[in-house]
Formats: sequence, structure tokens, C-alpha cells
Amino acid sequence: MANAPREIIIAKNLGFQYVGARRAAIQGIDLSIREDEFILLTGPSGCGKTSLCRCLNGLIPNFYQGEWTGELLVDGLSVTTQLTSELSRRVGYVFQNPENQLFALTVEKDIAFGPENLGLSREEIRQRVDEAMNVTGTLPLRDLAPYELSGGQQQRVALAGVLAMKPSVIVLDEPTSFLDPRTAEEVMRASDDLRREMGLTIVVVEHRLDLVARYAERIVVMDAGKIVADGDLEETLDEKFDLLEGLGVGVPRVSLLWTMLRRDGLVSGKVPTHVESAASSLGGMMNQ
Amino acid sequence: MSLKTLEGFKFSTLKTPVHLLDPRTKFLIVIAVLVPALLFANIYVMIALLLLQLPLLFVGKVARRWVLSLRAGVFLSGLIFVVNLFTGSYLSAIALTLRFLVLLTSFSLFFMTTSPDDLGLALDRIGAVRWLSRRWLGYPNALSFTFTTAVRLVPTLAVDAQTVVDAQRSRGLELDKGNLLKRVRNYIPILIPLLLIAIRRSLELAEALESRGFPGKEGRTSLFQLKLRPADYAIIALSLAMIAVSFWVYFHYKIPVL
Amino acid sequence: MITLEKVSFTYRSGQRALQDIDLSLAGGDFIAIMGENGAGKTTLAKHLNGLLKPSQGRVLVDGEDTRKVSVARLSRKVGLVFQNPDHLLFSETVKDEVAFGLKNFGFAPEVVHNQVIRTLEALGLSEYAETSPFLLSGGERKRVALAAILATEPDYLILDEPTIGQDYQQKERLRNFILQLYSQGKAVVMITHDVEFVAESNPKVILLSQGRIVAQGPADAVLSKDELVKKASLVRPQMSRLFGELTKYGLPSDVVDVHRARILLEEKLSEAKVRVAQNS
Repeated sequence: MANAPREIIIAKNLGFQYVGARRAAIQGIDLSIREDEFILLTGPSGCGKTSLCRCLNGLIPNFYQGEWTGELLVDGLSVTTQLTSELSRRVGYVFQNPENQLFALTVEKDIAFGPENLGLSREEIRQRVDEAMNVTGTLPLRDLAPYELSGGQQQRVALAGVLAMKPSVIVLDEPTSFLDPRTAEEVMRASDDLRREMGLTIVVVEHRLDLVARYAERIVVMDAGKIVADGDLEETLDEKFDLLEGLGVGVPRVSLLWTMLRRDGLVSGKVPTHVESAASSLGGMMNQ
Repeated sequence: MSLKTLEGFKFSTLKTPVHLLDPRTKFLIVIAVLVPALLFANIYVMIALLLLQLPLLFVGKVARRWVLSLRAGVFLSGLIFVVNLFTGSYLSAIALTLRFLVLLTSFSLFFMTTSPDDLGLALDRIGAVRWLSRRWLGYPNALSFTFTTAVRLVPTLAVDAQTVVDAQRSRGLELDKGNLLKRVRNYIPILIPLLLIAIRRSLELAEALESRGFPGKEGRTSLFQLKLRPADYAIIALSLAMIAVSFWVYFHYKIPVL
Repeated sequence: MITLEKVSFTYRSGQRALQDIDLSLAGGDFIAIMGENGAGKTTLAKHLNGLLKPSQGRVLVDGEDTRKVSVARLSRKVGLVFQNPDHLLFSETVKDEVAFGLKNFGFAPEVVHNQVIRTLEALGLSEYAETSPFLLSGGERKRVALAAILATEPDYLILDEPTIGQDYQQKERLRNFILQLYSQGKAVVMITHDVEFVAESNPKVILLSQGRIVAQGPADAVLSKDELVKKASLVRPQMSRLFGELTKYGLPSDVVDVHRARILLEEKLSEAKVRVAQNS
């Protein structure tokens, strides 16, 4: 039997309520993520997607106080027993606002920040920084100040800084909100390339499914703190389309189009999730 | 006072010989200027100290922005001059005003040519700072890091300040109208959003840094180090000499105001 | 009517932000200004209420030259909603926040009171009237900022990136709200890079690139042109990209909206069905 990818994140009945909040941000979360997966995490505003992500790298409960229930294992470690600094070696986090993640005076110093915190030798740090810059294409930016860069460049630098920690999982929380569509697509493609090259697990939180649909294989949908759908992206869009639409999730326009045509009996078959598959499916229908 | 005057103290990345000096060396230069400036109240000494710093300003390519810092100091210089006219002779007023400009120049030069990162590295090496940091904040490098991060946030917050002013003006806020009391009250819609934005930015930054392992264990390494080079040693020697000579002259001669 | 006549603007640093802009805005217009980062979109917006004055050319708001009138006066007619609501919010309650602009313009207390209530209702914020704006979520704060500007009922409303961080339902609500506004005779200008939102809302699109207007026209005409869209660092809407692959079936390429797409495809697919039935 071939080596099945191992489970790198296991959540059992995970719940969390922020101090002073009226209700739990997340509750009853049962989730299992395997190595090498590309997961799209989505749901209406306030559904708990960001809170779930914060649990993955220990920001909850270390940075955010509140009541924790259930269990969360990341790479075998129980999150509640670890400091964020320890978990940051395993789970990297790229935030929504590119500007507020970078702070050093040069790109190179910013990328070095993470490994420096790990107390590695200078040679090791040097090597990791160079590798991270190479892989993200940020080498030509090394001496520039982060605030001189465009949003897209800033996100790539943020990604490099995270990669220098050599994590096995990278969480990207609405990383493209402030980016123009072309740059957004580049960031997504880069994330997917990295996953393939380095065997990483990627979790992307995003409202606009069409940005991620080409790369994500699995979708996890949340609403009011609970997981309401979890499965293969194509299948879920196919079988649970009405649920998603009802929740106000931004389903890809091509998927919406297909479902409307399917309801009218003009097409049959699985809902396509992006332009290329939609074009070939429609082409097939019209060639008859 | 417009935000432009802050330009006279802002660091910019250049690679001049002055920029490349170790921050500790540059700080010693400040001391070397400070000591004679404070020990003596002689007009010629002040002019000499100003002239001494001119070559540094030019080699460091910051002369034009230094002029901006002088503009920032115009009001205070005027005040010092007038106050001293009442308490002393008009020559001593000139000398003291010049002293203020000498000190202003020296700090301006220091901040324009020293990167906050290097400052942080230098602070990190100072035992007293590390000790204090450990007592107050729990980690030896926390204090120097706090300082350098504050400096880095200044340009970002300056942009935020302008945006807040624009946003509130777009709601009809007029900052240049009304009596003194009204004008002060009119700054509330500027200061509150700015304060909150600063807090939000710092929290987001803190979150991002913690996600990258900050503050880490005791053994935090630094990729970059400060190295003292021949130029540093030369200037350190000169600075120490100047400090020594100043004290010696002070104790042996009485230098009059003129 | 707001008109920009050959407006050029250069920052004091020497950076040329706008060149030769000719534009006009009238009540009932719904316009989207799009372009890459640094194209000059926000700079252009700031010219509409006088925050910036043109280096060359002039901007007329209802006949008044913006160089001759104060920003405060222009703000009565031109409401500019900044991208980040946190740049505006400072009051103890949402009610006070919404009243701020009204008070600045010198309206009587009863008028202020009534306007605040009406505006809060229109934006679904009545339940938060006595709440501190800082306790609200990001999306709610954005609505408070919008309410604060709308309270004074400006004739021209400019929204800077109103859809960032919003989920689909919030965007739907925004779209409906905008529709209400311009059908009431207001002019609505939206600065955005959200191509899908524009595709579904069908405004007139003005494409800026490096300070110049490189295209203007209906959304389906402008956003389906690949070279233009690339220049502005945008991507074509999904429908346009889809139809781009289907032109060999005789379908037009300038489709951006799902509903039009459906109608066009319904025709072709029905034809195909008929053919299948005939052949069997």
C-alpha cells in the first residue's frame, strides 16, 4: 500500500469563545486535514473562518483570550500546550493586510526575522532567507523597504517570511483583498506552485471562490461558527449549490450559470468550477 | 508646522561613508559636539561646531533636508533668543541660540544617517538596556525592538494622519476656522481616529510577528551584525579626543561669551 | 453636474498623477472608475470635492470652480466615502457619528435629529444608534461611514473601494442600495477593482492607466477587451472569459453579465437539442 498522506491537523469538537463575546466564535468543529491538501475555507462574514485559522497557529489561545473547548492537534502537538512561537515552525500565517505584516527596513531583514527568532545559526538563517527569496521571486527586492513595494510584492515578501520558517502548513487569510485581480491571481498561482514544489498544505480563506477554484481541491464551508459543508470542491458545488447560494457564498459565476441552465434542462453533468472546465463542458453540449 | 519639517529627522537609505559608520560611532559624534556646546557659551565655538558638522552633512548627502530641520527649529530659536535678551546680554542670546542650532543639527544628522534597525542592533548590545528590558518586559531585546518599531511606524502613521484630515474635511470639518477653543476641539476628530488606527496597526503587527516566532527563546540570533571598521576607529578616536580637549580647556581656561 | 476640463495634476514631489482628464458627471449617472494601483483613481476622486486642486485645467461642481470654493462647501454636494472607515470614526455613538456632518453644515437640531434617524433606518443601523461605533464589526463600521456621508444627502456620492472584505450578501445589499441612489437622481461614482461586482452592476466604466483615461463605455464593452483590461491590471469577468472560448459557436465576446449569458446560451443549447432530436 502506498504511503497515504498523514493527517497533519486534527480538530475534535473544537470550540472557542472570545472574552466578552455573546456567543462562541466556533463550536463543535471536527476537521481533519492531510498533508499536501489545498483547502478553500469560506462562509459569510462572521462565520468563524478567521477564528478557526487563528487556532491553527496558536494565536488562539495565546494572543486572543477566551474559553477553549475540545482538542486540536497540529503535527502531533496539542495547541493548548504550545506557545505560538513553537507552532509558528509548523504553521505559517499570511494576513489580509500586506502593509501591517512587514515592518523591517529592508525586505531581506524582514524575511530573516522569523528564522532569527528561532535562534538558528547565522549560516542557517542566511540559507533560509536566500531560498525563500528565490522561491518567491523576491530576490530583486531584497534591499527595498517594504513600504516602497506594491501590495502584490508585499504579499510575496510576507509569504517569503513565512516560508523561511519552513512550516508544513500555510494559512492565507483573505490574502488578496487589497490586491488588484491580476496580482490576486498571481498570488494564488504562486501558492499552488509552492504547494507542489515543497509539499505544503495550503488553507486559503476567501469570499471570492472564482479566485481559488482552479487550485483548491477541497472546500470547507462555515456558518455561525459551525462547519456546514466539507468535501471535494467540485462535488460540493454540484450537490450543495443551493446551500452555498443560500448562505451568500460567492459561488463562481460559471457555476451559477451552469446550475441555471441545468435547471432548465439544457445541460447535464457536473457543475464546472472555473472557466476552462465550463468552456469545455458547454462546448461539449453545443457540439451535439 | 507641516509634516514636511519631520523630513529633517527621517532616515533614508543611502550608502554614504557617513551612513555606513556604526551607530555607536555616530552617537559618539553627537556627544563630541554636545560636550563643547554645553560647556562653553562662546559664539566662535558654536560657529566652529556648526562648520565642523557641515562636511558630515555634505558627505552624508543630507544637507538639503538638514535645512528643513533648521526651519522646524526657527520658532524655538526665536524664543530662546528673545528670552535670553531679557536675562543676559545680546551676545549671549546669540551664542545660546546658536548652541540650540548646533544641537539640533547634531541630532538631525544622527537620525538622518542612522537606520532604526542599526540603532536597534546597537541598543541590543548595551547591557543596561538589555537588563532593563528583561525587568520591564520579560525579554532582553524587547525594549530595543519597541523603539525601532516605533520609529518604523512613523512614516506610515504620517500618511494615516493626512488621510484622516482629508476624510474629516470631506465631512465639512474646517480646521482653520473659529476661536482658539474651537480649533482645539476640532482636532478631536483627527486625533481619535489616528490613535485608534495606530493601535490597530500595532496589534496587527504584533499578531503577524508572533506568528513568525517573536519573541523567541533567549538565544535569538541576528543575521546582521554591527562591525567596527577602520573609519569607525578613526572617528571614535577623534571624538574622544575632542571630548577630552573640551574638558581640559574648560578646567584650565575661562572662555568668555564672545 | 461635475465637469473636469483638461485636468492634470502633479504632486509636489514631481510625480505626475493625472493627465488631460476630461470627464462629466450628472445626476442619475452610475460610474465605475477602474485602473491599476497608482493609476490615479483616488487622486481623481479627491479632485471632485476640492481636496486636491488641479495643476492644470479646472473642475466645476454645479458651475463653481473648485479652486475658488472651500472643501467644506463642496462637501455639501459631493460626498466622498473613504476606503477605510476607521479614518472617519471618532464619536461616542453611531448616532453622534452620523450627526457630525449635519452639524458641521449648520443644520438645526431637529433637522439633524430627524435626518440621523432616517439615514440609520435606510442603512439598517437603527439598532446600533446608541452603540459605540468601535464595537461594531468591520462591515458594520463601513456602513456607519457610509451613513455618515449620506446623512447630508449629497448630490454626488463617491465610494472608494466599497467592496473590499465584503462577502457576497453584503455586496448584494450594496448594489441594491446604489441602484436606489442613482434612480433617485443622485450621481454615484465607485472606485473599484472588483471586476465581477462591476460586471453585475452594469455602470459606465472609466478605465484609468498611468493618469490617463484609456477607455470609457458600458461595462460589457470595456471589460471584455483583453488589452485594456491587462493594462489596468484587471482580469476579464468570468462570463467574458467563458464566452471568449465559445466564439467558435457563434457567440458574441462582449458578455459580462450572467443573465445575458444565460439567455444567449439558452438559444444555442435549445438549437443543439433540436438538432439532436432531429438526428435521432
